[in-house]
Amino acid sequence: MNYFTEVVLSGLTRGSIYALIALGYTMVYGIIELINFAHGEIYMIGAFTALILASVLTIFGFNTIAILFLASIIAIVYSAMYGYTMEKVAYKPIRNSQRLSALISAIGMSMFLQNYVRIAQTSDFLPFPRIIPRFPWLSALPISMSSAQFMIFASTAVVMVLLTLLIKFTKIGKSMRAASQDKVMAKLLGVNVNKVISVTFIIGSATAALGGILISSYTGQINFYIGFLAGIKAFVAAVLGGIGSIPGAVLGSFVLGLTESLGAGYISSDYEDVFAFIILAVILIVKPAGILGKGQIEKV
Amino acid sequence: MTQRLHELRRSLLVSLWFMLLTFPIMVIRVNTITGTIRWRWANLALIGIGSFLISVVWRYAMQRKTGEVRATGVLAQVGERLGAGAERFRTLVDSPKVRVRLVSGLLAAAVAYPFLTSMYHTNIMITALTYVVLGLGLNIIIGLGGMLHIGYAAFYAIGAYSYALLNMYFGINFWLALPIGAALAGLFSLLIGLPTLRLRGDYLAIVTLAFAEITRLVLQNWQEVTGGAAGIPNIPRPQLFGMTMRLQQTTTFVYFIMLAVVILTIFVVHRLENSRIGRQWVAMKEDYIACQAMGVSIAKAKLTALGIGAIWGGLVGVIFAARTTFINPASFTVWESVIILSTVVLGGMGSIPGVFVGALVLMLLPEYLRPFAQYRMLIFGALLVTMMVFRPGGFIKKRRKAYTISDEERQSVIENDVAAADETKE
Repeated sequence: MNYFTEVVLSGLTRGSIYALIALGYTMVYGIIELINFAHGEIYMIGAFTALILASVLTIFGFNTIAILFLASIIAIVYSAMYGYTMEKVAYKPIRNSQRLSALISAIGMSMFLQNYVRIAQTSDFLPFPRIIPRFPWLSALPISMSSAQFMIFASTAVVMVLLTLLIKFTKIGKSMRAASQDKVMAKLLGVNVNKVISVTFIIGSATAALGGILISSYTGQINFYIGFLAGIKAFVAAVLGGIGSIPGAVLGSFVLGLTESLGAGYISSDYEDVFAFIILAVILIVKPAGILGKGQIEKV
Repeated sequence: MTQRLHELRRSLLVSLWFMLLTFPIMVIRVNTITGTIRWRWANLALIGIGSFLISVVWRYAMQRKTGEVRATGVLAQVGERLGAGAERFRTLVDSPKVRVRLVSGLLAAAVAYPFLTSMYHTNIMITALTYVVLGLGLNIIIGLGGMLHIGYAAFYAIGAYSYALLNMYFGINFWLALPIGAALAGLFSLLIGLPTLRLRGDYLAIVTLAFAEITRLVLQNWQEVTGGAAGIPNIPRPQLFGMTMRLQQTTTFVYFIMLAVVILTIFVVHRLENSRIGRQWVAMKEDYIACQAMGVSIAKAKLTALGIGAIWGGLVGVIFAARTTFINPASFTVWESVIILSTVVLGGMGSIPGVFVGALVLMLLPEYLRPFAQYRMLIFGALLVTMMVFRPGGFIKKRRKAYTISDEERQSVIENDVAAADETKE
């Protein structure tokens, strides 16, 4: 396999992970117009919970398949619970105050969760167990792909399809679209906006946790700080595609993942993170609404 | 009574929820190498009791905020006393005589401080004063201009690096570097500000963060010039007419430089606040569109706020480099920016005494509560959230300019109006 395909494959892997995290950002932003800074922390907590559970289950002598499913599912449920609680504690009470307050509250939440994990667990890097089994048939493919990479692609695709179906065809999806257009009007028409927001946080957190588990088993180590950069990058991806739009978030994630990989592969790997930020700055300056976003007209 | 029981039951449920929520992370600690698990049940009890108590207080405070519950009994009396005390204190401080005394007292204490305490305490105070200046600088951008900036540490870094590099390559001394560092930080801020003029709120926040990270990463990776992650050692301390000073004397000297900078900052920010441009900033913060409609150039107001705000970061950065004699990019991470932001927000956005007190308290408390030092960021985070929920104005709220009309004045206005109305009738 040549260098180029390798770089592109790694870019697509990154893109898939960013997409899983960016979905949560974009959904939350679509409904309550808040940059949930602590979203990356949920991703980190998902990875940590999965790590702890997988280790415990290994010690108790479960087999690999059981560990993979139990640890992932419980970790995802836990992250969803964290997301739900976070919304109730830090965002719901200030939903009607200034935008600045909500953003600062989100930064506070992010700091709190990071340090909570640091103090309760450790500040060192922990090795993440290989919970994804080897798929022997993968070697039959023309390009060499690790089983973790395959899982990442597959899960991202499944989550994407499920989310699209959920938003397009279910009752809660319809309520979400209504609430994101006009919260007051939705309320008047009998939509339980509080519930819609909670559900949004739950779904967003669950997908972020899934991303956390997948990328951790791909990179093989985690610490309490991984959520920050991943969160920022995913946010960049969401903005890139047009925040509030779900296909936009996916597109933005792949653009970002590919740019980073190509930049790191062909220019300099030291400046890998710089590329992400430069893209963000350029996009915001040239087309603030993002690639697929609609420009908003401000009414007085 | 049933109401109270109901509240307690809710709090109990909340504490059970949190016990469940924090279970894997707080209780289980796995050692993957030896394959052993440590169950820390004590933590579970701690979380249970802690979240129950916090929940009781939180729910009560929430109900007070929404006006569902009024304070009764002892609480009401204490609250009333406190309120009256604060009011009396405010009127006292407002009188010029008291204010002059207060300020000169503070100044005398500040001047005497390094001679009364040890070098250790002087050093801590220098750090605290550094954050006062950083907070006041950021306050111009956030508190007055209303632009959420989470990349302020970049200006601090630029100040520090401009002294370190200029000294290393061109031998420029501290006093010359001081204005250069400040100017470079201001210029850099303008450079970022120009392309991002269109952005507001959340987007501006994230772009400032991005630029700050780019700055740090460039400093870290540009090995040949900046020394990379290893940083720059042996930066000369500030000199005074070529005198040779011992370490203690230098510390005292730096303390006085810092004190002078603090006084200068307070003076300048105070004058700016009530100037034409300061009022434009506040107008821009309050209502963007109305401000534009009144003929204020948003572009100009934004750029001046960004530029003038950043200068202080650069200035203090130079002093920081001269004082620690060693700098590396790790001192200027995003969390540095967030700490500066916390001091501004917790102290009171836009309020000079607020930022002053906020920075002093937030920097000094962790120093003297060493056992809790590792909880510092945790507590900062929790404080930021709680503050936004219950007191978004900060410890010391910014007081708006107000004009009270005396009874006679009001009477005369009414009489004039009546007279004018009569005239038109005739």
